[in-house]
Amino acid sequence: MTERQTPRRQGAKAQDIDRRAFVKLGVAGGAASLAAACGWDGGRLLQPGLLDISRVNDWVGEKVLFSPTHLARTYSPAERSAMLPSYFISGVTPMLRDPDRWRLRVQGLVEQPLDLSLDDLMRLPRTSYTVKHHCVEGWSAIASWHGVPVSAIVARCRPLRTARYISFESFDAGYSNGWDLASALHPQTILAFGMNDNPLPPAHGAPLRLYSPTKLGYKLTKYLVSMTFTDQRPGGYWEDQGYPWFGGI
Amino acid sequence: MTDEQPPRPFVRRHHWIVRLTHWVTVLVLAGMITSGLQIYEAYARFGNRGGPLLPNPLDGAQFPRWSRLGGWLAGALNWHFALAWPLVTAGLIYVGYLVKSGEWRALLFRPRDVRGAIDMTQYYLHLRREHPPQGKHNPLQKLAYTGVIALGALAVLTGFAIYKPTQLSWLTALFGGFQAARYWHFWIVWIFVGFTIMHIILVFAVDPASLRAMLTGWYRGRFPSHD
Repeated sequence: MTERQTPRRQGAKAQDIDRRAFVKLGVAGGAASLAAACGWDGGRLLQPGLLDISRVNDWVGEKVLFSPTHLARTYSPAERSAMLPSYFISGVTPMLRDPDRWRLRVQGLVEQPLDLSLDDLMRLPRTSYTVKHHCVEGWSAIASWHGVPVSAIVARCRPLRTARYISFESFDAGYSNGWDLASALHPQTILAFGMNDNPLPPAHGAPLRLYSPTKLGYKLTKYLVSMTFTDQRPGGYWEDQGYPWFGGI
Repeated sequence: MTDEQPPRPFVRRHHWIVRLTHWVTVLVLAGMITSGLQIYEAYARFGNRGGPLLPNPLDGAQFPRWSRLGGWLAGALNWHFALAWPLVTAGLIYVGYLVKSGEWRALLFRPRDVRGAIDMTQYYLHLRREHPPQGKHNPLQKLAYTGVIALGALAVLTGFAIYKPTQLSWLTALFGGFQAARYWHFWIVWIFVGFTIMHIILVFAVDPASLRAMLTGWYRGRFPSHD
């Protein structure tokens, strides 16, 4: 994957584009591809416009197409895929030197910050399901996940009214993801410590990862260390490089 | 027909809405297809991981660099999702115009056109000498244009089935699931490409005057402009 970075555009809003720019983009878009596709990403002229439209699409995904109650289809464990590829940003599989000292920090705009061990998490209400995983690349695979609904954490840390987002942070080379609160509170959004009836393997984010069948794989932070409640939209590893921020499916 | 005949008068053939949406679609579709080829490269096969794959002669294909838009997956996705707006908008305006103006009557292939379609086919295959009488479009054109409009709708619907397989799970299921929806979305492209090649060949081979008509609205060719 390319290492190219694009500037964070956290302030960009739907209103930033007007209709004329939109039409121009449509026409220029087609013309551009006819003339010289050549791996063009829109250049300095159109790239910001494309990212603005991506924010509009995020808005549509979040406010129009996302349902906080619609559940993803579940499968039987017998339908699990023979394999599910794993990936991480670090050069080698990220592993804890001292797993017993690992804690999940719940912080930011909350009434009650938390410091949870894996045992603490395992004592909370549990959810298990077998669902289809969708990667932004286009592949899919079915697997079972076991963990604590994020809503159970939210009930215990009691976010302030100003909290609108959660930043999920990892110990995988600074990988992180920003989430809207509604997606995080979806009943199938969980902090998973188990996969396919076993403890979560290191290749898939041990000891704890975020999972939800309402998001693409790149939004599902592995190797979790903290979740921070914020009032500003947090960026993320791939999101800051141009991938859609919402990443909802 | 001889050279002594006076030139035919110009007649108005295409409303500006038809011309505008036609050319916007040409440009936008080119962007959709080229960004789509870049997206395809990220996982150039169809089927769940570890499961059987759908039959696809283009498994693992890398398309030439000039044919791909976006540079990498994220860039291509942003192009694709941005251009989906003008594509759907142009499609809706065009179909809305057809309905409102009544021009759909000259375009929609209906059961009564089957006989004429057979006649036209015989003419093209030199099994029949005389060009069958026709209105604005001959029955084979009606079949092609009706088909390509349906194909456009299908391209958009399969696109949404891939875009939101959880929220629009009913739509994804309608196409046989996520991987099957990707499969149809991909093959629709090649039908579009095939249509476009035939379309361009026939414009120049059969009725070059129709190109001017699609640009300026005015037509001075050998076919009627109204049914």
